[in-house]
Amino acid sequence: MTATEAPAAPPRRAQSRLRRIESRQALGFISPALAGLTVFTIAPVVLSIVMSLFEWPAWGDRSFVGVGNYVELFTSHPDFWPALRNSAIFTVLFVPLNLAVSLTLALLLSPRIKGRAVFRVLFFIPVVTPMVANVLVWKMLLQPNGLFNGISTSAFGIELPSFLSHPQWAMVMVVVMSVWQGMGYNMLIFCAALEQLPESVLEAARLDGATGWRMFARITVPLLSPAIFFTTVMTMITSMQVFVQPQLLTGGGPGNATIPIVMFIYEQAFTFQQMGLAAAAAWILFAIIIALTALQFSAQKRWVHYEV
Amino acid sequence: MRSEVIADVTGRPGELQVAPAADPSPQKQKQPVTAGTVIAYVCVVLAAVIFAIPLIYAVFSALKPNDQIFAVPPTLVGEEVRWSNFAEVFRFGPFWTYIGNSFFVAIAGTIVVNVVSTTAGYAFGRLRWRGRDVVFVLFLVTLMVPQEVLVVPMFQLMQWFGWVNTPQALILPFAFTAFGTFLLRQFLRGIPYELEEAARVDGAGPVRSFVSIILPLARSAVAVLTVFTFITFWNSYLWPLIVVNDYGYLGTLPIGLATFAGQFGTRWDLQMAASIISMIPTTILVIVLQKHLVKGIATAGIAGR
Repeated sequence: MTATEAPAAPPRRAQSRLRRIESRQALGFISPALAGLTVFTIAPVVLSIVMSLFEWPAWGDRSFVGVGNYVELFTSHPDFWPALRNSAIFTVLFVPLNLAVSLTLALLLSPRIKGRAVFRVLFFIPVVTPMVANVLVWKMLLQPNGLFNGISTSAFGIELPSFLSHPQWAMVMVVVMSVWQGMGYNMLIFCAALEQLPESVLEAARLDGATGWRMFARITVPLLSPAIFFTTVMTMITSMQVFVQPQLLTGGGPGNATIPIVMFIYEQAFTFQQMGLAAAAAWILFAIIIALTALQFSAQKRWVHYEV
Repeated sequence: MRSEVIADVTGRPGELQVAPAADPSPQKQKQPVTAGTVIAYVCVVLAAVIFAIPLIYAVFSALKPNDQIFAVPPTLVGEEVRWSNFAEVFRFGPFWTYIGNSFFVAIAGTIVVNVVSTTAGYAFGRLRWRGRDVVFVLFLVTLMVPQEVLVVPMFQLMQWFGWVNTPQALILPFAFTAFGTFLLRQFLRGIPYELEEAARVDGAGPVRSFVSIILPLARSAVAVLTVFTFITFWNSYLWPLIVVNDYGYLGTLPIGLATFAGQFGTRWDLQMAASIISMIPTTILVIVLQKHLVKGIATAGIAGR
């Protein structure tokens, strides 16, 4: 509480009366948000826990199975582990690539670049356009007779692999498309962080003769480490939740090579009508995300510098 | 510049202030062009060109006859420039319905989010009441629940409410996120209490001072929230895909685009034209409100520090 927030104290009785009125009115102000949150977040969370303990078809009879859904996912469901593996592969490829590209671009777009606002907008456009539209464009580019293979064959005589129907290339292309689509967001965060670097520290480093790579590795990166930490955590969370890119670019294929865990959840619930199983899988995903995030937070002491 | 920017969003110039020296002074910018600057320019332009290829190619493909999109060797412009592709999109399906639904859902959703976030932000940020901090922590905790955990039980709820395939099912379930409340609370806390005090002394209650004093001062926070919310609703795909089953009635643009691509898999020209059309509103929004967006993201990023 700041000092400005506390009004000069009126006489005690008047104050308590005012308090009561204010409390009642506060309840009025808060009730739409509270009601919405209760109905649309808290109730579904509770329901989700309950559903995960039942065999819960979209229509028809439900039966209690305890932790049966969880056991089935881990031990006997043929698609669960591949889906987890795909999400893990996507995250391992996507997060470093995304951060490297977005940080490099942010560093390049320093104030010395004229018209950098235009570049920023350009790099940001795919972030805010419908993902479906972005995916359709890439689907066209990646066709066997699309632009990439067309240029490669007609200019260099090299036949490129059939990207979207090749087990490994399909995942690579989902990652590449996702980096193109999403890195503008992190780039803007890095741009904002770079503009806030304390000039005094940079100046001191310059006076001490730091230039080029040393300046970058010893000064800029440590100063940026809170922003890098924040973007790493956020990007990892969103990449564990990837859904639209593989669903529309490859349909999860070939085979199940690119089905991520969220697509697995979606299919279990709305294609195979196994809503209890899907709820259990969603909780497993949530637990993994929480664990990974906690891991990153505990590791941050080693490399994130907050003192400026 | 930066401190202004932050103050504009959070209303707390003091907390996030940056040393004035952080601004590049005019003299400094006049330094001679170094090799480093030239290399940076070359890299940026190169990156921009590579980055823009899919976008540029999409625009030109939308203007080609379909049989020339995959011509060998690839061409930028086909034998004719077919602006009519854009008109034809609307003849191939209820595309106007998709656009209308998207606008309706995005605008209605934005209104709900703003009403809920400003009132709750006011209660958390400027009123004193018992249990405030406990309820606020509850709000923050809900921010951590991912959409994937929610969609399955949410669909079950929609069935129980009888809301499947209704407009309110598209708008309400994800309109009560705590993010807006959090943003507004942070912003409103930074407004000096004296501004409200004068009105309170004159007998205005919280409602009056909220409407006539606080809301006008919160404009820039509301602007940021509006842009983010509109874009989120405009682009959302997973939830509409689940809760709508009659796309001709309630399909939004991303849904329409996906089914459109499924139905006309061979008409790449129309798919590209439709994709371009769907990109226009948010792209305009970003170009016009570029500064607000950058501020909003900067604040979001800083909030993580």
